[in-house]
Amino acid sequence: MTNNLRVKSSKFIDETYKISFRFNNKTYYGYKGDTLASALLANGIHLVGRSFKYHRPRGIMTAGSEEPNAIVQLHKNTSRTEPNVRATEIEIYEGLEASSQNCWPSVNFDIGGINNFLSPVLPAGFYYKTFMWPASFWEKYEYFIRKSAGLGKSPTEPDPDMYEHKYIHCDVLVIGAGVSGVIAAKTSAKNGFKTLLLDEKPYLGGSTIYQNSEYFKINNQISSSWLEKEINEIKKIDNLEIKTRTSVAAFHGYNFLLARESLTDHIPLHQRDEKIRHRLLKIRAKKVICATGSLERPLIFDNNDRPGILLSSAIEKYSNFFGVTCGQKNVLFTNNDSAYETATSLLQKGINIKAIIDNREEVDSKLVKEIEKNNIKIYKGYTVVDTFGYKRINRISIMQLSKDGQKVVGSKISIDCDCLGMSGGWTPAVHLFTQSGGKLKFREDDQVFIPDKYPSDQVSIGSCNGEFTLDEILSDISKKLKDFLNIKKTDYENLEIQSHFNKTKRNIWLLPSDKIIGKTKPFVDYQNDATAKDIKLALREGFRSIEHVKRYTTTGMGTDQGKLGNMHALGIISETAGSRMGELGTTTFRPPYTPLTFGTIVGRNVGEYFDVFRKTPIHDWHVENKAKFENVGQWKRAWFYPKENEGMHEAVQRESKAARDSAGILDASTLGKIDIQGTDASEFLNRVYTNAWSKLAIGKCRYGLMLNEDGMVYDDGVTTRLDENHYIMTTTTGGAATVLGKLEDYLQTEWPELDVYLTSVTDHYATISVCGPNSKKIISKVIPNLDLSDEKFPHMSFKNTKIDKIKCRVMRISFTGEQSYEINVQANYGKSVWDKCIQAGKEFNITPYGTETMHLLRAEKGFIIVGQDTDATMTPIDLQMDWIVSKKKYDFIGKRSLYRSDTIREDRKQLIGLVTENPKEVLEEGAQIVLDTSKSPVEMLGHVTSSYYSPNLEKSIALGVVKGGKNMMGQKLIIPMENKQINVTVTDPVFLDKENKRLNA
Amino acid sequence: MFVIHCPYCGEREQSEFKAGGEAHIVRPKQPTELSDDQWAEYLFMRKNIKGIQFERWVHFHGCRKWFNMVRDTSNDEIKAIYKMGEKPPVK
Repeated sequence: MTNNLRVKSSKFIDETYKISFRFNNKTYYGYKGDTLASALLANGIHLVGRSFKYHRPRGIMTAGSEEPNAIVQLHKNTSRTEPNVRATEIEIYEGLEASSQNCWPSVNFDIGGINNFLSPVLPAGFYYKTFMWPASFWEKYEYFIRKSAGLGKSPTEPDPDMYEHKYIHCDVLVIGAGVSGVIAAKTSAKNGFKTLLLDEKPYLGGSTIYQNSEYFKINNQISSSWLEKEINEIKKIDNLEIKTRTSVAAFHGYNFLLARESLTDHIPLHQRDEKIRHRLLKIRAKKVICATGSLERPLIFDNNDRPGILLSSAIEKYSNFFGVTCGQKNVLFTNNDSAYETATSLLQKGINIKAIIDNREEVDSKLVKEIEKNNIKIYKGYTVVDTFGYKRINRISIMQLSKDGQKVVGSKISIDCDCLGMSGGWTPAVHLFTQSGGKLKFREDDQVFIPDKYPSDQVSIGSCNGEFTLDEILSDISKKLKDFLNIKKTDYENLEIQSHFNKTKRNIWLLPSDKIIGKTKPFVDYQNDATAKDIKLALREGFRSIEHVKRYTTTGMGTDQGKLGNMHALGIISETAGSRMGELGTTTFRPPYTPLTFGTIVGRNVGEYFDVFRKTPIHDWHVENKAKFENVGQWKRAWFYPKENEGMHEAVQRESKAARDSAGILDASTLGKIDIQGTDASEFLNRVYTNAWSKLAIGKCRYGLMLNEDGMVYDDGVTTRLDENHYIMTTTTGGAATVLGKLEDYLQTEWPELDVYLTSVTDHYATISVCGPNSKKIISKVIPNLDLSDEKFPHMSFKNTKIDKIKCRVMRISFTGEQSYEINVQANYGKSVWDKCIQAGKEFNITPYGTETMHLLRAEKGFIIVGQDTDATMTPIDLQMDWIVSKKKYDFIGKRSLYRSDTIREDRKQLIGLVTENPKEVLEEGAQIVLDTSKSPVEMLGHVTSSYYSPNLEKSIALGVVKGGKNMMGQKLIIPMENKQINVTVTDPVFLDKENKRLNA
Repeated sequence: MFVIHCPYCGEREQSEFKAGGEAHIVRPKQPTELSDDQWAEYLFMRKNIKGIQFERWVHFHGCRKWFNMVRDTSNDEIKAIYKMGEKPPVK
């Protein structure tokens, strides 16, 4: 096909630069500057896709981001393919490949089109009503519904493109670079404000930049020429940053905005390597100027969705900006002067206009008179009642409106056409304003919602503020900017404006038809196929709230978020229900304004950068020794060290046995460490731990349990008294930050009188734990000068010492029940001390073990892990740890809660041990525990919290919580599993070495 | 996302802060003297007002200092910020 639909040349299109692209597997040509939509139109293609529900043929309707119909699948390869791309926004590039969506086998012959003929049985709420019964059938329905749901296909391979996030701080952010935005940005920047100007289009100037008509002039120049000079000037201003192809997605409180800057979507694929595709801008602006413009409204009449029916302003843009005519036999249909603006543009380009249908009976603006001079037939007081043509409009029929606009009268007139432009007036694009929390008011004169109350330092100017004509916009802008920016004068004080636009409008939300509404299809939401009929049905069925009607009919729920039709939906509801538009309100405008790709949202946080992670100073050794890692909080901890063909179970069994038989070594550097100093340090510990601390001697260690104020166990760990007023507290790995936060909270807000200072030193020390019967021998080799005798260095004490010249603290504490030593050294020396221990331990088969073995060993001893055996509903009494709760202390965090009526209940879930009837059978953690399965429903007594096969005891052991478990010793219970029941017996949670002999063995 | 004026560090992004619930709830000096109901009142009962609310905040990823904030929860406007121990400047 040739480009015979190009009309005269446009300076925005480079006709010397030909670009080939593919649409539905056929090659076409366009020019640099074309969008996919304009290039398709230039090739005579209107039919682009099928609608969502009825599979009706649909074409290009708009020339911007509000497009509901012309959405395509872009790219063919499985990693870059992208659904729902608006053909009106994507700029063509060499090799672009697009295809229609929601049709099979092709857009021209679509099996789903049968839905159109079934439409009488597919009313609003059809799915809700039909697939409810019988309830058990849902699974069968769902399969088919899911198959037919959704438009387009998602990529199945990882996204090859790069994305990034960027923070921007500015004094003034101007959104939209139309005539208002350009003036605002220039004024702001010239007055010294650091200014950022954003526009979603690839060019500046909005719709004024292609306004070439003699009827619209600024200072006696055609408005586009005047604006072009302004744009050339602003490009030279230093403190003004301009970003095009940048769509503001969200406007949050405190002038925080998100915008998507599109960087490579308009260049050929092979040029995109190593380039950022989208950049998410996180903007914090002191002041925001919304100049987001307005969207032309369609008109709602029977069959208003056929390919070839466009917004009148879109026809104007295609001809003026892209130099493309949308049809040879054009008809315009309007209720206001905008269509006459389009008409003048078309006439200027020599494009044929067959007729103009105008709802208004009296129209007398200069603009209209000019058109009449050209012998174009204007049907005043008429409306379109129907359209014809399946894949492209070929005829319309019109009738005269009654005086009140409620009916059509007289006889039908038929007009042949191949393109129909509609103009229902304009809707201010207040989306961003309302997202920011702004309140709208309804202007009755021309039936529009406009900004009323600003929630932050922002202002709306131009047509997004309901000023639709050039003279309205420009006569007010200078004063507005002076007030908002607090400046004395602007360059735009005395502009001379010539505008022939007359503001009269005859607004009829749903145009009358000669048929009853049940026989018509007046589309309100094109993408979701919601008609005026559906909205009326929803109202008949009792829906009143606009939010409910929206969800029931799906009006405004497509990827276009109802940018075109939402106002009509409101209007129809208001008219039908007899309520006022202003009181009805609008549905909530939610971000993003136009869809964002997941890549944009995620930015660089993919793969290994998904989340930050922390490594211990000994991490590299674990990697070299083939450790498997587990995530604990943000830490990567060695989980187990498989040898040769070992799986996790074999490795853990070997490590556990070695630790008890000879020696094991653990990297415990991740434990939280808080340095506590001050004259009130002991008193402070008394208040935060359940046990008493004042009498702890210098050089001694003590295990502490920390509660929340509600009495539930929060954290645990060993704290060591280093000096009179100096302690070091250890916390669980995952709890370190929140424990510090909680302690700071009490210190600063409840007990500011205490002289205590807290410092997190978690990362400052490496902690190496050597345990087992041979641990003493190994430590004596590493630190020969240290007296390790039980008298001089007993369990639960610490020594300051040196390994060669390296200062270290050695604690004799144990989480395994074995004799063990914890060496704390400055983090940088961690690796070398670890190597020394490994070297010294070689003759004792020192075995590195990971967190899994640590968990197994402590479970043998019945030591709890906070967060595994507890879940914020366990008191120390529930844990059978009454011994650690001081009876003498007057107060500590959580004390009072330990004797609330609920916490003293006997039937609370309590920690117990479990052994299985079959010692080889290992329970599943999380499994339910019951007593009796004969009665239904089965009462659930509790669940398994920790479970292992103990190689040292040669049997399965488990910890669990069971209602009233403390008094159930020896009780037989049942663990019901999917295919079997496991018989268990309740035991003491300490399975090994109840007398703690091994600590000193 | 708010911009919060930390009384020690100045203006910072909300992401550096954590909210800590209702302000001016003093921990009872003698919890053991309280009935279950009185203790529950301290422990659980919070107002959660739509409108002017007194709140505790902490500059968690900054100076770690706690402070108080008066915030209108209906529009997120921060009316005042003052240090711990100081009297609320409004109402």
